Parts: sequence; C-alpha cells; structure tokens
Amino acid sequence: MLELKNISFTVKGGSRTKILDQISFAFQPGTLTVVTGPNGSGKSTLAQIIMGIKNPTKGQIFLNGKDITKDDITTRAKAGISFSFQQPVKFKGLTVYELLNIANGELFSPEEAGNILKQVGLEPTEYLSREINQKLSGGELKRIEIASVLARKDAKLLIFDEPEAGIDLWSFQDLTKLFQKIHRQHPDKSLIIISHQEKILKIADEIIVLEKGQIKSHGTPAEILAKIGEIK
Amino acid sequence: MNLTPEESHIFCTVANTPTDNNFTAPAGAYNFRVNGKSIGRHSTKNINIVPKPDNQGLDIFIAPNTKNETVHIPVAISATGLKETVYNDFHIGENAKVTIIAGCGIYNCGGADSVHDGIHRFYVAKNAKIKYIEKHYGFGQGRGGKILNPTTELHLADNSEAYLELEQIKGVDSTIRNTVADLSQNAKLIVKERLMTHGRQTAESIYDITLNGRNSTADLASRSVAQDYSSQTFKSILSATQKSRGHSECDAIIMDHAKVLAMPALDAKTKDAELIHEAAIGKLASDQLAKLMTLGLTRKQAESQIINGFLK
Ligand SMILES: Nc1ncnc2c1ncn2[C@@H]1O[C@H](COP(=O)(O)OP(=O)(O)OP(=O)(O)O)[C@@H](O)[C@H]1O
Ligand SMILES: [Mg+2]
Repeated sequence: MLELKNISFTVKGGSRTKILDQISFAFQPGTLTVVTGPNGSGKSTLAQIIMGIKNPTKGQIFLNGKDITKDDITTRAKAGISFSFQQPVKFKGLTVYELLNIANGELFSPEEAGNILKQVGLEPTEYLSREINQKLSGGELKRIEIASVLARKDAKLLIFDEPEAGIDLWSFQDLTKLFQKIHRQHPDKSLIIISHQEKILKIADEIIVLEKGQIKSHGTPAEILAKIGEIK
Repeated sequence: MNLTPEESHIFCTVANTPTDNNFTAPAGAYNFRVNGKSIGRHSTKNINIVPKPDNQGLDIFIAPNTKNETVHIPVAISATGLKETVYNDFHIGENAKVTIIAGCGIYNCGGADSVHDGIHRFYVAKNAKIKYIEKHYGFGQGRGGKILNPTTELHLADNSEAYLELEQIKGVDSTIRNTVADLSQNAKLIVKERLMTHGRQTAESIYDITLNGRNSTADLASRSVAQDYSSQTFKSILSATQKSRGHSECDAIIMDHAKVLAMPALDAKTKDAELIHEAAIGKLASDQLAKLMTLGLTRKQAESQIINGFLK
C-alpha cells in the first residue's frame, strides 16, 4: 500500500544534518505498524514526510503503486492518508464540532460527531461546542486531535504520532483497544502508530525501530521485544 | 421607502436588517441615514431621537431605567463623492440597559472619494449598561475611495458598563479609528475590535483609555488580518490614575506584502494600577495550515478558515 524508497531528509547546520538516511520500507495493506525508537531518531519527520508536511531531500513515496512524492498535503489527504499530530494544533475561533465537520468533509449530525468524541473518551455535551484553544488541557487537546483523524471516514492510511502522549493511564487502555478495534474491523485500513509504549508495540503486526535516522531493525513484536530485552 | 439593492445590502450587512429593496423598520428606536438624509426615524417611549440642525447628526436620549431596548442608527452611502461629518450624542440615563447598533457601509462605483466621519459620544450615567455594535464595510468597483473615520468617545460614570464590538469587515480603503474613554469608580469597559484590510488599504486604530475611578476595569482585545499590500497601525494607551485594572491585547495576522505596526503603551500613575499589554504579529501559523490541509482542505480554504475563525 505505502512504499518508501531511499527516503533521506537532510538539514543545514545543527549537530546532525542527516535526519533521515536512506529509509526504504513497504507497509503491507491492512497492517498495523508501530514505529518506535529514541527521541530525535526521526519518527515524526518520517510521518510528516509521508503526509506531505515535509518534503524529502531524496527518495520517493508510492501509494498503491502511484508516485505521490510531489503531491501536496491536500492531495494526499484526499487519496486517503490522515495524520494525528504529535503536538495538537490549536485554533482561535474553531470549535471541536467544526473541526470534526471539516475532517468529515460534510456536516455531521451532532450525534455522529458526539459518537466520535465518545470513542476518545470525551463527553460530547461538554466538548462539541468548545473552542480548540489553550483553555483545553493537554490530554483533551490530544484526544480531539485523535478524533479528527477518526472523523475521516474515507481514510485508508491512519498515522498517529505518539497518541499516548498526555493521555492518562486508565484511558490509555481504552485507546489501545480502540486501535485494535479499528485494525480488526477495517481490513481495508492500514495503521502506522508512532509510540514508545510496550502495550502499543504488542498489538503491532510489525515494528520498525528507528535510530539516528535509519531503520535499525524491524520484525514482529516477539522478535523486537526480545531484542530490546537483550539490550536491557 | 425604496432602497437601491446596494443600500439594502449595506443595511443587511452592517445592521442585520432584512435584505429587500423596501426599508423594513426594526423593532425599537431607529434612524436610518442614506446619502446624508434620514429615510426613517422612530422614537419610543423611552428612547427619543432628536436630529441636530442641518443634518449634522442626532441627539439620542435614553430615559433612566430603560430596560433591554435597542437603537439602530446605521448609515449607507451610495453616492460617489459624498463627504460627511456626523455627530451622534448618546445620553444614557441611570440604570438603563440598551443595545445600540450603528455601522456604516459605502458603495462607491464612481471616481471621487466618499467619506463618512462619524463621531459618536456616549454619556453613560451611573449604573447604566450599553452594548454598542459598529460594523464598517465598503464595496463597489469605482476608483473613488471608500473612507470611514469613526471616533468613539465614552464617558462612563460610576458603576456603568460599556461593551463595544467594533468591526471593519471588508472593502474600506482608508480608516482612522479613534476610541477615547474615561472611566469613573467601578466602571467597566470591554472592547472587541476586528479589522481586516486588503488591497492597498490603510487602517489606523487608536485607543486612549483612562482609568480615573477606583476599581474601574478596561479590557481591550483587537484582532486584525492584513492582506495584500495593506498596512495597519495600532496605537493604544491605557492610563490609570487610581487603583484599577487594565488589559489590552492586539493580535495581528500579517500576509502577502502587508505591514503592521503596533505601538501599545501603558501609563500607570499609581502603584495600585495593574496594567497588562500583550501584542503579537505573525504570519498564518504553518501548523494550523498543515493540520487543516491534512483534513482535506486546499491551502486557500485552510487560509480562509483560519482567518474567519480568528476574526470571529
Ligand atoms: N528543520 C530542522 N532543522 C534541524 N533539525 C531538525 C529539523 N527538523 C527536525 N530536526 C531534528 O531531527 C531530529 C528528529 O526529529 P523528530 O521530531 O523526527 O524526532 P522523533 O523521533 O519524532 O522524536 P520524539 O520521540 O522526541 O518525538 C531531531 O534531532 C530534531 O531536532
Ligand atoms: Mg516525534
């Protein structure tokens, strides 16, 4: 479904200039892939490159065989890629309901929008009319960010960048279950989840470990967790 | 009374009155002014609108204890080259609570400048509360300028309150907006300004607010968007002579080749004054644009979504 060929991303200056170095990987249709690795290893950069937010310095990206390297964010969104940001984005004068409607591409009924909020553990009556600004807590903003991706019903590739960040432990269980449910119920959708959490690593079909901009290893949870165990 | 489609479009836009070619009177007291002449005026038991000599403006007397009434005094100009200065004085009685809807629109399809200088003075008596809504708008393809220079002067007596919504929607070529206020004991002023400039427009917004009364408070929030080659200047001075609280905030989105100058000033004449100013000028946030585009909006759609929300 999604194939990366020799993706590199370099920047000028700084301690490290090669942020991503010759990444090649084919994501299989209908799979749940978890990308993990140390802080600064290039996980978010890779996700942003897939979404079109950053452009690779070298390399190509194929979606279902089609070269999308030059496509802008909107074109990729319409082709079915969606992305939940690591840092939720705030907006002055935009309510949660309005954001979900934009994501949906047409008007949701308040019930439909409410059902999406419930999936991320937010009470619709309390949050639908809230403005997405700094008055919301970090965890609330993160849940709304995740909800905006769930609202894209035509999405075929769902990317979540550290969905667990800022989410309390109790809700984290539910979130993990939600990803499993999406994975189980929608064989036509692929998921890429960037995460540091063992619980998320365990539900993966395949795990990619990034280190210093390169794929250090990949394999099933059993294989990768065993390796991590060895290092510990 | 017949209105041209442009005039009725103006009243619909700035004063939220129905848009057909016949003038439809709103509830409450009103005076509708078109090209320098009143086309409809109505006083109520509590609100008396008295024209000044020579069409120079109005005196509007609001009786003490008037509750929840509305005054509409919108202005439309559709004649090219018309220049007018209008003085409207509001005398608001003790304990009154009223909403005043002003606003002005200019349609100019000719070659000469059309100018409306509106000077609104408010004398708000003890314990009275006003909500004042003023929208400015211009349209028409003529070379002549659409120029609006509003002056708003407020004198707030003890325990009185004023809430101002000042908005320049679109199409005004040049504006100098002056807002002056002095506040007595416990008086409260809230100003919400929204400004949008495009093309080669210029806008200057000047505030001079003095907190003269103990425990008076002022909160000024201005948001603006400057597009194309337009330029904006924001100057404010918040002065305090007594224990009081003042907050002003100006937040501008700058685009294309626009220019924005912000000069906020605070002037505390006593250590008991608490004055805060926040100012920010920046381009459209790239993370906001990116986020909306990941949801399927084009770049243009994302830009207008962000701007519309910001100016809400
Ligand atoms: N434009 C840039 N200029 C310089 N350095 C950059 C730039 N963009 C990213 N980086 C660097 O690239 C590295 C990878 O960043 P990235 O955000 O992809 O890491 P990450 O793996 O997502 O980390 P985390 O786990 O902390 O989220 C970091 O060291 C970061 O500082
Ligand atoms: Mg990251």
